[in-house]
Amino acid sequence: MPLDNAESSTRKYKVVGTRPNRPDGVDKVTGRARFGADAVAPGQLVGLILRSPHPHAKIKGIDASKALKLAGVKAVVTSADLPDKTDGDAMLYDVLVNVMAREKALYQGHAVAAVAATSASIARQALKLIKVDYEILPHVTDVDEAMKPNAPLLYPKMITDGMDPKPKKPSNVVRRYEFGHGDVEAGFKKAEIIVERSFKTEATHQGYIEPHACLANVGPDGQGELWVCTQGHFMVRDTCARLLGMDFSKLRVTASEIGGGFGGKTTVFIEPIALALSRKANRPVKVVMSREEVFKATGPTSSSSIDVKIGATKDGRIVAGDATLRYQGGAFAGSPVEFGAMTAFAQYDLDNVRAVGFDVVCNRPKQAAYRAPGAPMANFAVESVIEELAHKVGMEPIDFRIKNAAREGTHSSYGPVYGPIGLLPTLQKAREHPHFKAPLGKNQGRGMACGFWFNFGGQSCVSMNIGVDGTVGVTVGSPDIGGSRASMCLMTAEELGIPYDKVRAVVADTGTLGYNDVTDGSRTTFATGMACIMAARDAIKKLCARAAQIWGIPEDAVVWENGHAKPAGSNAGNFPPMSLKEIAAQAPSTGGPIAGHHEFSADGAGVSFATHICDSEVDPETGFTKILRYTVLQDAGKAVHPSYVEGQFQGGAVQGIGWALNEEYIYGKDGRLQNAGFLDYRIPVCSDLPMIDTVILEIPNPGHPYGVRGVGETSIVPPLAAVANSVSAAVGVRMTELPISPPKLLAALEKQSAMKKAAE
Amino acid sequence: MAKVIIWSSLKSHTGGESNLEIEAGNVKDLLARLGETYPGLQPQLKRGVSVSVDGIIFRDGWLTPLKPDSEVVLLPRMQGG
Repeated sequence: MPLDNAESSTRKYKVVGTRPNRPDGVDKVTGRARFGADAVAPGQLVGLILRSPHPHAKIKGIDASKALKLAGVKAVVTSADLPDKTDGDAMLYDVLVNVMAREKALYQGHAVAAVAATSASIARQALKLIKVDYEILPHVTDVDEAMKPNAPLLYPKMITDGMDPKPKKPSNVVRRYEFGHGDVEAGFKKAEIIVERSFKTEATHQGYIEPHACLANVGPDGQGELWVCTQGHFMVRDTCARLLGMDFSKLRVTASEIGGGFGGKTTVFIEPIALALSRKANRPVKVVMSREEVFKATGPTSSSSIDVKIGATKDGRIVAGDATLRYQGGAFAGSPVEFGAMTAFAQYDLDNVRAVGFDVVCNRPKQAAYRAPGAPMANFAVESVIEELAHKVGMEPIDFRIKNAAREGTHSSYGPVYGPIGLLPTLQKAREHPHFKAPLGKNQGRGMACGFWFNFGGQSCVSMNIGVDGTVGVTVGSPDIGGSRASMCLMTAEELGIPYDKVRAVVADTGTLGYNDVTDGSRTTFATGMACIMAARDAIKKLCARAAQIWGIPEDAVVWENGHAKPAGSNAGNFPPMSLKEIAAQAPSTGGPIAGHHEFSADGAGVSFATHICDSEVDPETGFTKILRYTVLQDAGKAVHPSYVEGQFQGGAVQGIGWALNEEYIYGKDGRLQNAGFLDYRIPVCSDLPMIDTVILEIPNPGHPYGVRGVGETSIVPPLAAVANSVSAAVGVRMTELPISPPKLLAALEKQSAMKKAAE
Repeated sequence: MAKVIIWSSLKSHTGGESNLEIEAGNVKDLLARLGETYPGLQPQLKRGVSVSVDGIIFRDGWLTPLKPDSEVVLLPRMQGG
């Protein structure tokens, strides 16, 4: 293997794998934890944003003169205050335009101006005094409608990339992707049974409880500070500094505690506006989004329209798979359709496979990443067809999946050949699980699905300081969105050979450490955790060197075992082992502080697979679906803190259940969002759900010293299909559109009933 | 020479070929030579790519050495949530 960081899989762990209390737990249950909106600064102003009421409109002019005359208003900013400094970077330019509309408002909720005032009521009055002259344009919010030849165009000059030959007419299709191998047409000729279906899914929001919030403070000397709720404060610093023309080093960004992100806080929305307001007003400015703003102006995931065709022989071998995926990513390029296309068939060992994806723009908010971006919708479509095909072949769906499952050596549908992977073990464990054998009652059904996600590593930088009392401070730059501080402490304690409660991890600001990538891609426990291990090893070298100096023996004659420096052998000298605490106590008089450090870009994250089983019961009178039982089986490589791993499994499953049954962006014909609040956009709560059962498998990842794989995203991939397969089994109708809301389910049941009557 | 596999919709920039051969000591050199040899790939390379080298995905490790028989799969730049 070109990248093999793994140590012996027989290593016995003392700390890793235990379930200590989370270090941020007391703060969070007592209210002491400080989130985005909790920061205050002397003289701070309230920043509010004026948003377009129209889904698509030309901005002919903005008159803020009356607002500026209102007592208490200290600054108004528009796109004129955010000149284009993106230097040809198209993706950054899209961020700039999304932050503040320029020539056009591209969706309802698009920011067009912002005000900073001494109170919220004055700021609200000021927004009303800003006059925007709009020329309303035709709009489109549905992905299939947006692809039609006569659809209103968001960008009249946009020609689809990736088409051969290149189209001559503009459209809303940004780009075409195609992945796969083999000869799909020849494969289908060998097929004895083929299932072909079309599917639709609606956009869903990440639904984090904490709205976006920040406090910006830019001084007249051009130096600035930003307190912000984000998944990546280094990303926020670099993006904001580039948009505002600041030196990176002049902007210090501190990440607050975070009330959920799930991918939605991996970009900027309000932060450049708050900084621009502060710079103009020469006062600190706090901007806090309302829930309505979160729904209308931050990134939900894409809605999609997908066709899938899969063929198999009568003995249950898949001979061809073909999918066409259309994702709208809001008003900007960059829907995650390529990841949908890459992951659609990734769990199968196929000779002939093709997945084509179209990235489409619509008059909706710019999509943002959401756990395994792009994969759940594609998985819903493919795993629904797989379930139906298995039944037509006459096999149990789990046996059909086992027969066709990807394994080590499989040429994946997206290109690479798999190394050691854990899909088959999850399927085999699922087959043995009591859930699989439990009886079902009337109107109840069981479904399952397998899912895949890539995971990645990325840049991490960690410092570790050993106090003279023998306790250890770990400084990381990865915001803790899922309990990562506990995992960092566990790995540090394991490596140093000291108890967990002697280590404290803190998330440092951007002035303290080198660049750390955003906490996304299931990367932090893998990559930043590996940086902690390496920083601990760096500290151990220094601890051993210090012990050698104290003993007067060569440094290479000292080894580290169980938290103690020891002479390497009898020839090195007869000294009793010296603990970390004993060495640390002598540090001031033996050379000064002892610290460890590591910075790197981690790769070798290792792909991840999961199998989910779902039982549901449908009320045929109301169309209501109740989830009765749900089990997640997933490979974690090595579970550093098993409770957090289980929490990630459960969280992904619950968000997927919401996506499958309840959650959707509902647009009116006027292109306006009809349900921008948690009353009308229904996420599942504890009382809606059974306890989600979990099974952790540990197939070590060779790319990590302890075998760790990321676990944060894969768990949201299979639930859409698992739930849909379960409901379809319960009612005897294949459900092809999400969410499977009661009206949709009742309509399907009525249609089935009418067809039965017609057949009689 | 490393074997380079590109995704299907990029074939229009490489004369219809998805399996290419590039002489390069590491990923950075490989991407540079890929762009020089097939200028039509430049916009995608500029937008960002990841690679898989002998089955291991690299998002940023451009100094990763390549063996003469390495298989490099070009992938869109990995994203996550």
